[in-house]
Amino acid sequence: MAPALTTDKTGATALADRESAAVRIEHVHKSFGRPGASQPVLDDVSLEVRPGEFVCLLGASGCGKSTLLNLVAGLDRPTAGSIEVPGGRPALMFQEHALFPWLTAGRNIELALRLRGVPRAERRPEAERLLELVRLSGAYGKRVHELSGGMRQRVALARALAQDSQVLLMDEPFAALDAITRDVLHHELTRIWSETSLSVLFVTHNVREAVRLAERVVLLSSRPGRVARQWAVDIPQPRRIEDAAVADLSVEITEELRGEIRRHGQH
Amino acid sequence: MASTETGARSASGGPHDLAGLEAGLDALDAVRIERTPFGKVLLHKVLPPVTAVVLVLVVWKLLVVAEVTDDYKLPDPSAVWHSLRELWLRGTLLDIVWTSVSRGLLGFVAALALGTPLGLLVARVKFVRAALGPVLSGLQSLPSVAWVPAAVIWLGITDGAMYAVILLGAVPSIANGLVSGIDQVPPLYLRAGRTLGATGLRGARHVLLPAALPGYIAGLKQGWAFSWRSLMAAELIASSPDLGLGLGQYLENARTDSDMPGVLLGIILILFVGIAIDLAVFSPLERRVLRTRGLAAAAR
Repeated sequence: MAPALTTDKTGATALADRESAAVRIEHVHKSFGRPGASQPVLDDVSLEVRPGEFVCLLGASGCGKSTLLNLVAGLDRPTAGSIEVPGGRPALMFQEHALFPWLTAGRNIELALRLRGVPRAERRPEAERLLELVRLSGAYGKRVHELSGGMRQRVALARALAQDSQVLLMDEPFAALDAITRDVLHHELTRIWSETSLSVLFVTHNVREAVRLAERVVLLSSRPGRVARQWAVDIPQPRRIEDAAVADLSVEITEELRGEIRRHGQH
Repeated sequence: MASTETGARSASGGPHDLAGLEAGLDALDAVRIERTPFGKVLLHKVLPPVTAVVLVLVVWKLLVVAEVTDDYKLPDPSAVWHSLRELWLRGTLLDIVWTSVSRGLLGFVAALALGTPLGLLVARVKFVRAALGPVLSGLQSLPSVAWVPAAVIWLGITDGAMYAVILLGAVPSIANGLVSGIDQVPPLYLRAGRTLGATGLRGARHVLLPAALPGYIAGLKQGWAFSWRSLMAAELIASSPDLGLGLGQYLENARTDSDMPGVLLGIILILFVGIAIDLAVFSPLERRVLRTRGLAAAAR
């Protein structure tokens, strides 16, 4: 039950093994605003995601977890340090589904395939296959507004998978869903992750969700964001969010997270 | 329900259990789209405007009967009807309408061809926006009638002058519509597009332009209104026998003949054509675009 702990402050657990990383974040700093007068958002963050690993980034608001994800996605550049994604451009899922409303569910997926260079004749069958993977075989011709919140996120997941990236970045993708729908999507995500060789970097502020999903939970401190602590989660899958083991570890991590937040009230 | 028993995990938390749950959720959450029945459309869409028109006619007739003013200022509705019938029997009604409508549509298409690339440039190139943006918005508030004297001096009383006035009226609204359409594209779509690899021209084609379509169509609608208005002003002011008889000239001729039923008929026809083109072309287009995006549900 007791999870293996990695207490290395910089989180440089696997830095020795340079070749086998899906995402390599090294000494990344990020600050916004004018040079000199700017507040650092991320301060010397180093983190690696191994191929096929599921890592949850956990932190209170203001810890820069979404900023870090944007950096990995290549939507923004770090102020200092380096980020490498050897497998090419990662796929990214947002809290909002970000599906294009002028296209049907199927066409949204086909657009991702098209932009990846998949020939026209193969797009439709591939889109159908991906919809089946997220258990939405009947949704090909549905418009985005005709789908429920959970279905939209599943189509968004299928679209992200259509990019055929080795790394999937997820920015609180289930935060806006109700608890039961979220449970189902947790299950689907772990199922799809275990069926593929996908590496997942999943950002959340929900401790239970992190423990339910991840092989490794990384806690970021707030203002500036630093890797505060990491936990390897060795509870076997399939887990459930109400499992006692999940609850126990969640209590421990939550204590740590509260401690991080409390530090900010003291000055 | 929430069992915290670790041992029961594999038994009750199997994939079958969740698949059934998922199917139930999908069925419960599915959004149902209903088509309004024909009778309802008739009741809610056709009846109100018909009532309004009938009401206007009744009030008009009452004013005539009450003799509030001289007959030559406010003719009986039947006199206007008579003018219309006469125009129809002489076979000139459709010619007059078509002269103006064909000019208006041709001018609008030209304005579309010029306004669209202009709007794209203003929206996407910072320098062009800083240089032309304020001018474009300013031109929208300049009544295009103001261009008629200049157009006549430059091009004479010709079709060219008509088209020049239409373009000066419609190009700014079409370009501005596209600019505001592009400005209102949610940044999330652009970010999602970029992570999918839609950058540069591919981003414009697959994400930016489709996302900006509703604003663009609103611009087209306004562009048509401006085209039609500018054209009528130009025809009224710069009328010449060489140009062929359009609605504007018809109105001007009726004024010089002190033919009040003809004047009213001219106004009604201009209004009718403007509304008809909007109802036949632009409104269905706009409704279709909004409906496919789930934006028209509230309008019903």
